[in-house]
This record gives sequence, structure tokens and C-alpha cells, in this order.
Amino acid sequence: MKKLINDPERVVQEELEGIALAHPDLVKVHFNPNYIVRADAPIKGKVGIISGGGSGHEPMHGGFVGLGMLDAACPGAVFTSPTPDQMLEATKAVSGGAGVLHIVKNYTGDVMNFEMAADLAKAEGIEVESVVIDDDVAVKDSLYTAGRRGVGSTVLAEKLCGAAAEEGRSLKEVADVCRKVKDWGRSMGMALTSCAVPHVGKPTFDLPEDEMEIGIGIHGEPGRKRMKIKPADEIVEMLMEPIISDIPYKEGDEVILFVNGMGGTPLIELYIVYRKAYEIATKHGLKVVRNLIGPYITSLEMAGTSITMLKVDEDMIKLWDAPVKTAGLRWGI
Amino acid sequence: MSISRDAILEWIKAYAAVIEENKTYLTDLDAAIGDADHGANMHRGFKAVLGKMSELADKDIGTILKTVGMTLLSTVGGAGGPLYATFFLQAGMKTAGKMELTPEDWYTALEAAVNGVKMRGKAELEDKTMIDALVPALNALNESIHDGASMTEALQRCAQAAKEGMEATIPLVARKGRASYLGERSAGHQDPGATSSYLLLKTAAEVLGKA
Ligand SMILES: Nc1ncnc2c1ncn2[C@@H]1O[C@H](COP(=O)(O)OP(=O)(O)O)[C@@H](O)[C@H]1O
Ligand SMILES: [Mg+2]
Repeated sequence: MKKLINDPERVVQEELEGIALAHPDLVKVHFNPNYIVRADAPIKGKVGIISGGGSGHEPMHGGFVGLGMLDAACPGAVFTSPTPDQMLEATKAVSGGAGVLHIVKNYTGDVMNFEMAADLAKAEGIEVESVVIDDDVAVKDSLYTAGRRGVGSTVLAEKLCGAAAEEGRSLKEVADVCRKVKDWGRSMGMALTSCAVPHVGKPTFDLPEDEMEIGIGIHGEPGRKRMKIKPADEIVEMLMEPIISDIPYKEGDEVILFVNGMGGTPLIELYIVYRKAYEIATKHGLKVVRNLIGPYITSLEMAGTSITMLKVDEDMIKLWDAPVKTAGLRWGI
Repeated sequence: MSISRDAILEWIKAYAAVIEENKTYLTDLDAAIGDADHGANMHRGFKAVLGKMSELADKDIGTILKTVGMTLLSTVGGAGGPLYATFFLQAGMKTAGKMELTPEDWYTALEAAVNGVKMRGKAELEDKTMIDALVPALNALNESIHDGASMTEALQRCAQAAKEGMEATIPLVARKGRASYLGERSAGHQDPGATSSYLLLKTAAEVLGKA
């Protein structure tokens, strides 16, 4: 598989070097342990927010560090959760005395590493709250799985919590916003192609030209089922149906509709997806009051899409509209 | 027969070499039911461990094992990182200050290590994880010691039980970790973590069991 890289072992290192050169006004990059932190951190009296995860999902999370969103992000190796020493150092770097929120995606590795980091930070006297995002309806939430994966809602949680922290809300209040996103957001994704992890060099799974995977995550892991490819509208129906039937959305509910690209799908196709997703939401009596369309939580060069729907109240809409200035998301400023 | 500090160092070094050899194999197993990184993760970790060897040359077994655990914690990541880190940290706590281990000491260390992995990951037998290799191995070691087996034989029976546990993960449907997302599709594949755990105990039998 062709890649625009120099050395598979140095992919994350060189990416971070590029980020440091590109956005010195927004962030500082710390090496060993690796984390990306707001240039003006720590901000006295403001709740710090950190997240982290494997690399390969850019712009998440490093591209969301800046005013109105994250205070720091911990990048792991490609598709591998970062380690507790990174999270501990990042937590200390953003701690302005008002506590620190850890936004964690529900993967066994991420959860265990963040748990260990939170214990270490608490032992150093920093107040930490953790919220685990688990919004992927493709995975059954039961005793027989590690629970639902954290996917698209994470981006929305980082935006809303970032705005809440910027307003000066307390750690508990910021964490409450995060828990609302966790409870009210649902996602599902699909892939047209696999992706190739740089140090593996070949696609993670083989997908014949005329087939697709439904219910994929963001790590090139195979999905729940494989089937013949269908027109976009039918695919969107297959993604929207489980989302809509999962939460008790009521007629008249207001939602943010987020159509995400997995990394290898052009915007032209994402708008085709949005068109149908909007139509389905509207048919169910839901009001799409805000949207986000583009590659924000990606899976390297995978072609495909995921749809996230988040029910919102007035406060959440206000937080969504608040200014944000990061490499990956910027408005109102 | 006892296990010396030098033998423990040799075991760690030998396992680092085994991981290097099996990096692609472990990653391929993980590609089938996970995310294709288990080999790379373990390799990154044990490469870092090798870098610590010179500073461990004159240390006690507890310090050696704890240093391995801390190094894995800060280099491996994923699920395997905290789990193997916990394994070595717990074993290190039980062997603090010791320059050699009796079979009973080794059992006590391995028991703490396996219990640590259970506590951290909350997996049960047959969830299709490294627990499926580790728990039968621990039981076999215990029985061998009670039977009065030699150290060499006890370690071999321990490794053999790990191997059978690893192979028994093939038909299982995963209930923990990334593989659980696949539901029924995870059946028919050997668990990568159980495989790396078997290799750890197999290397122990080869290196520590040498008379
Ligand atoms: N909760 C758990 N308890 C014990 N072992 C687990 C658990 N979750 C995953 N594992 C083990 O971890 C292995 C995967 O490790 P690795 O690929 O390094 O991490 P990740 O799944 O985060 O990519 C699995 O094969 C399994 O043996
Ligand atoms: Mg893995």
C-alpha cells in the first residue's frame, strides 16, 4: 500500500513535528512523553480538558486543541491508545486549579490507560473526572462485549465541553455536559475500503471491489457484517435506522447531525449522505438544528462514512455556537 | 533447584527476542479479530525493556520485574500495555529484595501477576483473552509443585497448559477487548494476547527450567 511517509516507525513523531511548526499560535508539542497542549496552558481557574487516543484519526484529537475545545491531547502510536505517563503529564500541564476532565473513548486499552493516569493524577492532588463516550450502536452493549465503542460523539463532546469550560463552569458542570453527550448521542459507520496501518503496510482486511462492511469502528477492524455494496441512499438508511431506533428521540426533538468522512471519502459523497440522513431525520419529526460535515474522526485512508446524531437542548446549542479556534474546527472568532 | 536473578534477566532478554521473531505473527492474529497492533505494541515495549538491561545487571528480582512493568506501562499502550505492565509490577512486588526464587516463590509471583491482570481487565475464563492462557498455566504450576515435580518439569507443565489454553481460545466468541465487537465473527481465530502470554511462559520453561 502506497503511503506518503519516510519511515513507518517515525510517522507519529514526524506528524507532531509538523503540527508544532504549523500551529505555534495555538499549541505547543511536548515530546517524551508526547502530548499537544494549548499554547496558553494552564489557564488559571479554568477546568482543563484532555483527551487522547491512537493516532490515525486526525484531526481528532490533536487538531481540536485550542480555545473553546481541548486543553491537551495525547497521541498514541497509530491506532494504539496512549500511555498513562503521557496522560499524567498532560493533566498536570493543563491543571489551572479547577480540576481536569478526561474524555475517554470506550476501548479497553484507552479506558485502562486513562484509569491508571487518573489514579496517578489524583495521587498528586489534581481533581479528575472521567467520562467514557460509548455511542456506537453497531456494537451491542451487553455483558458479552466490552461495551459500545466511542466514535463520532467524542468530537461533539470535545466541542461542547470546551465551550462550557471556557465559560468558567465547574468541573462537575463540564462533566455533566459530557455525560449528556454520552447519553444523547448515537453513531454508526461503514467502510468501502480497509485502511493500512503504516508499520503493517498492507490493508487490515480484504474487501472485494463490490462489497462493503457495515458497523465498523475507527481502527480498520472488521464490522458487524459484510454485504454487496448498495446505492448511497440505502446505505444511509441502514446507518440511520439503528441510530434513530436506539434513543427514544421524540417528535420535535432538536438534533445536531454529523456526517463524518473516514479519511478516504470525498466531501461530494458526504453531502450525498447528508442529504439522505437529513431527509430521514426530518421524516421522523426531528429538527436538524446544526450540522457538521467532513473528515473529523478518521481511520487513516479508509473510504466510508459514519453518521452521528446528538439530541440537544438550548444550552447545548449555545455551547455549540460558542467560539472555537483549533486547527481542525474554527468559528465565531 | 531455584531461579537466579541472572536467569530472570536472561528470561526477559530471551522473551524480547521471541517477540521480535513473532512480531508479524502476533500482529496478523490481531488483524483478524482486533486492530493489527499487538505484535508492534509488544515489540515497542520489549525493545525499550532491552534498553534498561544494563542498569538492571546488579539489581534484585523485584526491581528487575518492576522496571520491566514500568517500562511496558509507558511504551506499549493499548490493552496489552496496562495488562502486561500490571503482570510484571505485581510479580515484582512479591519478589522485592530477592536474589533467587524457590518454586513456591515463583508460584507466588505468578499468582500475583495473574490476579493483577484479572483485576485490571476484569476478564473471566473463556472471554477469549490472555486470561485463558494464564489461569490454566498457573493451576498447572500449582499442581506440579504439589506433586513434587522438579522445577524444570513444573515450568514445562505450566507452559503446556498455557499452550492448550491459547489453542482453546480459537472456537471462543470474544467477550472482552476489541475482538468482542465482532460478536460471532471472532470465533475461529486464536487470541493474540493469549498467544503472547503462552510465548512468555514457554520462554520461561526454556530459560528458567534449564538445570
Ligand atoms: N479485559 C481484558 N482482560 C484481559 N485481557 C484482555 C482484555 N482486553 C483485551 N485483552 C487482551 O489484549 C489483547 C490485545 O492486545 P493489544 O492488541 O495490544 O491491545 P488493543 O486491543 O488495545 O489493540 C487481546 O488479544 C486480549 O488477550
Ligand atoms: Mg490490538
